[in-house]
Amino acid sequence: MAAAALLRRIPAARAPPTALMAARTISDSTAPLTIETSVPFTSHIVDPPSRDVTTTPAELLTFFRDMSLMRRMEIAADSLYKAKLIRGFCHLYDGQEAVAVGMEAAITRSDSIITAYRDHCIYLARGGDLVSAFAELMGRQAGCSRGKGGSMHFYKKDANFYGGHGIVGAQVPLGCGLAFAQKYRKEETATFALYGDGAANQGQLFEALNISALWKLPSILVCENNHYGMGTAEWRAAKSPAYYKRGDYVPGLKVDGMDVLAVKQACKFAKEHAVANGPIVLEMDTYRYHGHSMSDPGSTYRTRDEISGVRQVRIL
Amino acid sequence: MPMATASSSLHGTAAALHGVGAAASSKPRSAAPVARSVRVAAAARGSGSARARGGMVARAAVAANAVAAAESKSGGHELLLFEALREALIEEMKADPTVCVFGEDVGHYGGSYKVTKGLAEMFGDLRVLDTPIAENSFTGMGVGAAMKGLRPIVEGMNMGFLLLAYNQISNNCGMLHYTSGGQFKIPIVIRGPGGVGRQLGAEHSQRLESYFQSIPGLQMVACSTPYNAKGLMKAAIRSENPVVLFEHVLLYNLKEKIPDEEYICCLEEAEMVRPGEHVTILTYSRMRYHVMQAAKTLVNKGYDPEVIDIRSLKPFDLHTIGNSIKKTHRVLIVEECMRTGGIGASLRSSIIDNFWDYLDAPIMCLSSQDVPTPYAAPLEDATVVQPAQIVAAVEQICQ
Repeated sequence: MAAAALLRRIPAARAPPTALMAARTISDSTAPLTIETSVPFTSHIVDPPSRDVTTTPAELLTFFRDMSLMRRMEIAADSLYKAKLIRGFCHLYDGQEAVAVGMEAAITRSDSIITAYRDHCIYLARGGDLVSAFAELMGRQAGCSRGKGGSMHFYKKDANFYGGHGIVGAQVPLGCGLAFAQKYRKEETATFALYGDGAANQGQLFEALNISALWKLPSILVCENNHYGMGTAEWRAAKSPAYYKRGDYVPGLKVDGMDVLAVKQACKFAKEHAVANGPIVLEMDTYRYHGHSMSDPGSTYRTRDEISGVRQVRIL
Repeated sequence: MPMATASSSLHGTAAALHGVGAAASSKPRSAAPVARSVRVAAAARGSGSARARGGMVARAAVAANAVAAAESKSGGHELLLFEALREALIEEMKADPTVCVFGEDVGHYGGSYKVTKGLAEMFGDLRVLDTPIAENSFTGMGVGAAMKGLRPIVEGMNMGFLLLAYNQISNNCGMLHYTSGGQFKIPIVIRGPGGVGRQLGAEHSQRLESYFQSIPGLQMVACSTPYNAKGLMKAAIRSENPVVLFEHVLLYNLKEKIPDEEYICCLEEAEMVRPGEHVTILTYSRMRYHVMQAAKTLVNKGYDPEVIDIRSLKPFDLHTIGNSIKKTHRVLIVEECMRTGGIGASLRSSIIDNFWDYLDAPIMCLSSQDVPTPYAAPLEDATVVQPAQIVAAVEQICQ
């Protein structure tokens, strides 16, 4: 709904180049525009940011391009896995692209990102290229980890992307360590440590939050809540599914994780907060269309109607 | 054996040991290229030693100090092992602003074994960090900080507590360099006291070197004297690899005179404690002292044991060990690890693989019993290798 309104509002900047056979003109305008997020932010012990997000037509188009590329990459990975060209574990991110793209739009490459094993799209967002990604998935030397890591171990040091971790939750203390180094060096940058709703129940997260709050580290803990921890639904694993409140004394924000503009706004807000005041928790309400990994059909613990329902309603 | 007498007797023997050790090790060695630890050539104080590999220069410098202490004005200074560790920390933290210390009670309290006493006042709360009791996360944070270019030293108040951080140590600390295709280095030092103490109970008497030894990507060393404690600590901090430095609860008050000038010990080198001809005794950490006590008895009985403190638990210094075996043809390993899956088990296996043809007798390995360490003193003593057992083992091997 928002997207349709958007397309009507984009003015034709100039005639399209003849090479591009588009049905309608594609704008690269950088004129600012303000769009209201579809859902308001919910917050915990902090005032939420405004629902009005500033962007430009050119930025919106890069969002579309990047998210489409990520979607196509994940679907291609699915086919490659079924063809046995990708082996072992392969965790796909389709449905969650807005988190990767919105976050990247709000920060710089000097900020750090660390995530778990659903890392292919974050790698792309951080400037990774498709060839390195697919080469890694297929165990080739040209891969981003020279074929030695695999799907769960994508890293890009020059873009401050710290992976790519297979053990649930273990990346969060690492992320707080990255934030510690940023504070130690007085860098005025922040670290986004991503984890899932399943990992949210790990003790080490609370340990890391406690230390981050005590030492006022610029850590931003981002829960990508896709409502399933592997094969177990959120309500069966978590007594309190309000992950943005789990920080207790640490502020939190709940965000529509399938609205790239909301994600952008929340991440911008979180970075400013973290650099000035210490840790903050972001909960991205999102969904994954695939199962937990390629070994999981994703249909034994949820219905096909639910999956197609999300596709229709949440327009991503 | 009360440690008070041990500390004073060590002082006497240490100088002699080092003097003897230096003489034995002054033979030129074509050692395999050693990894990235920086070598600080000790300023030659009239010792006239050639610029050989760093470790040897260091030993030569020590020999010069120990033997010529009376002649030289600054003939070294005497300190306890925990002070030697502390000196190493202070020197490295002064030289490199990225070095920082994480641990429980390391800051304001000064460290539960006083290794970090005074450091928080000297370097501030951002470099000497009192962590909450959360080993899993603060070890992980140390690894994360190392990924971003700092050089953290993570202290386990007792090494046993680091079992809570096993995942971080194995998967992140040990493996990230590999899984990232070489992009990240983890120049972290993980250190702390372990081993069997005085009736500390089973959970506080663990030997984590046996648990960590299989972790790929991790380097392990064990210190046993003030001299090698300082040298190994400095080398570990400078190393680009993750290093676990095993200290021992009962060795912190050992006293020794160490050089005034800067030195480091090579992480991958073993230490020749007492050269001999009849049998090679390989040991490390606290068992070194049980071995040396047994050596006195053995010498009186006419035996000439060669004692090597292996120091480098991973990788083994097979060069030094091999040269010894080629000379004596008999090996006794004396360790504090439990029998099953200990350092001795791996060392035995390595020796069989590499030096089988040089052995005239089966390799003997004396280890602790495969039991939780009891609280009652006589029981505790019975689970750990005692000097009398070492004497009996040598007599058996040398038959």
